[in-house]
Amino acid sequence: MVRLAVVGLGKMGLSHFSMINAHPEVKVVAICDAMGYVLDVLNKYAGTPIYTDYNAMLNEVELDAVIIATPSLLHGKMVRSALEKGIHVFCEKPFCLDVAEGGELTRLARQKGLVNQVGYHYRFVGAFQEMKRLLDLKAIGEVTHVLAEAYGPVVLKPKGSSWRSQSSQGGGCLYDYAAHPINLLNWFLGAPIGVGGTVVHKIHSKNTDDKVFGTLFFENEVTAQVSVNWSDESCRKMSTKMTVWGSQGRIFADRQECQAYLREPVAALPDYSSGWNVRYTTDLTKEVWFYLRGEEYSAQLDYFVGCIKNQAVDNLNSFESAWMTDQVISMMIEDAKLGPSVKIGNHALAAPKKNNRFFTFFTR
Amino acid sequence: MDRLLFGDNQFFGVNHMSEEKARAQSMRFQDIKAVIEVLDTAYDAGINTFMCTTHDRIAKVCDHMRANPERYKDFIFYPCMPYAHKYANAVTEDGILGTLKRFTPDEGFINAAFRGGMSLATKDIEGITTLLIDAEMKMFAGLNTPVIFLQNVVVDLLLGLGFKDAFRIFADHIKTHYNAEPAFITMNMPLLLDALEDLGIENPIVCSNINKIGFRMCGGFEAYARALREKQFRAIAMSVFASGGIPPREAIKWVCEQPNIQSIVFGASSRGNILSTRDLVGEYWT
Repeated sequence: MVRLAVVGLGKMGLSHFSMINAHPEVKVVAICDAMGYVLDVLNKYAGTPIYTDYNAMLNEVELDAVIIATPSLLHGKMVRSALEKGIHVFCEKPFCLDVAEGGELTRLARQKGLVNQVGYHYRFVGAFQEMKRLLDLKAIGEVTHVLAEAYGPVVLKPKGSSWRSQSSQGGGCLYDYAAHPINLLNWFLGAPIGVGGTVVHKIHSKNTDDKVFGTLFFENEVTAQVSVNWSDESCRKMSTKMTVWGSQGRIFADRQECQAYLREPVAALPDYSSGWNVRYTTDLTKEVWFYLRGEEYSAQLDYFVGCIKNQAVDNLNSFESAWMTDQVISMMIEDAKLGPSVKIGNHALAAPKKNNRFFTFFTR
Repeated sequence: MDRLLFGDNQFFGVNHMSEEKARAQSMRFQDIKAVIEVLDTAYDAGINTFMCTTHDRIAKVCDHMRANPERYKDFIFYPCMPYAHKYANAVTEDGILGTLKRFTPDEGFINAAFRGGMSLATKDIEGITTLLIDAEMKMFAGLNTPVIFLQNVVVDLLLGLGFKDAFRIFADHIKTHYNAEPAFITMNMPLLLDALEDLGIENPIVCSNINKIGFRMCGGFEAYARALREKQFRAIAMSVFASGGIPPREAIKWVCEQPNIQSIVFGASSRGNILSTRDLVGEYWT
């Protein structure tokens, strides 16, 4: 039995608690939140021991693992305390708002030999896993460009009172939404060498951003564009999509399906032909022990438990991989402050060529 | 309960296979008239029960039914509450407390209940739950709602948390205030049946995926088969086609052979699919 605590019982924490509490190899021995009323209800009805003081919990309860789903600003300190106690950590995304701290924690987890995972659940979606497999097999040759998108109907009015509406707390479209497609980009392409043309703007929010756009530059002239907007009511729920162009084809994937256009058959993929191939997440997904809101949420927790049992510390969605995403986000925040790199009126206009027919037509 | 119930996923852009198809469906059913046309086709084909989410747009369907009582005198609604995305998005914006305030008609009650801070009394929990149920049921006033469902996201969240008493609170309120049968949708049927048994909720109505290939039947195909054979409950099968994974005839034939299934819920957008499903069920379910 893995003895585990869930910390932070908001939207993600409650759903993690529900899934992990139903896991046959886990015993949830404590839950912790600053809000008394949520704890109170859960203690009364679910009977789980409760704490409002995280450090008191770490001191008093024998724990193998912890799930941290508190507001993002608190992740760093809480992850550190857990690692120092020798406890395996699953932390919600984004990992650490302070990039330097994220680096230290990545090293600390490695040094302690502890399982360290971050909740980028899209890496557990069948269609994105298939996309990754195809890319690793070079099914579409060399990748040239990626479009990484996410849209959804979160902020549709100028209000909001939770921490998620404060950028200083790690709220906003960039940390909450854009982090997902950026993390998938990191999975497919690794770390970018730079970013440019970043836009992080408000639409309805007062204290945080609602839309994020930008270009990521990778080695060998590989590029990616990020396009994210969480004020898009036309989507019923969050919709994350990745389109990858390569020298030998193109792949599109979202939560439901992976569509691959291959210019040539690929020897390592006997069940794929040239032209379009479609694979559905429903066919690619393995059954989970408990279903709450999508197999990927259950699967990532089951994977975490499996890594603890097998002492596998080179796990998927490691702190290191999430830290890479944190670094990209931080670069994008810096880049966004610069605004447009070339502005109208203050750049040297290219002089028209003398023999330009178009030019002579107008000056005749 | 009727043998065949008409579902509503197709009307709201829910498609487990493709976002493109889901969007095309959203466009097609943008005008509520298009929804009502399909409902009319099903109703005229003898499928009288509409199992629907308490989505804002269903209120318009309800208005239409109320305005034409003679035409729809045998029409039955099985409301399924709540429409969860509405709450999930609100929690991101306003937190849990803010969301409760937003969706309960009586903000004073919530403020009073939370004034105690640390300790919420049992009566407060029950009070909040019943306020939320009443808010969801408002659109069905005056219509026939003999069975009322709790949606799977909420059922399974509570099931995982071990907050089983909420099922009892729901069941009691549905029975006493709506004179209706409480029912539950779940993706974890065997586990839920155990929980309902512990609570002493007898012969419950439970809707879950039941299909030949075991698609989203959590707990495993075998556990589902055993539950159908051995447990005392009224099963409703959904996802019988496994999102298009099984050919219709094969899917219906298999479901009709399973023990203890009272009803099948299915969604369709075309007259052809509605009639062929009805006829297949008529052929195999004797």
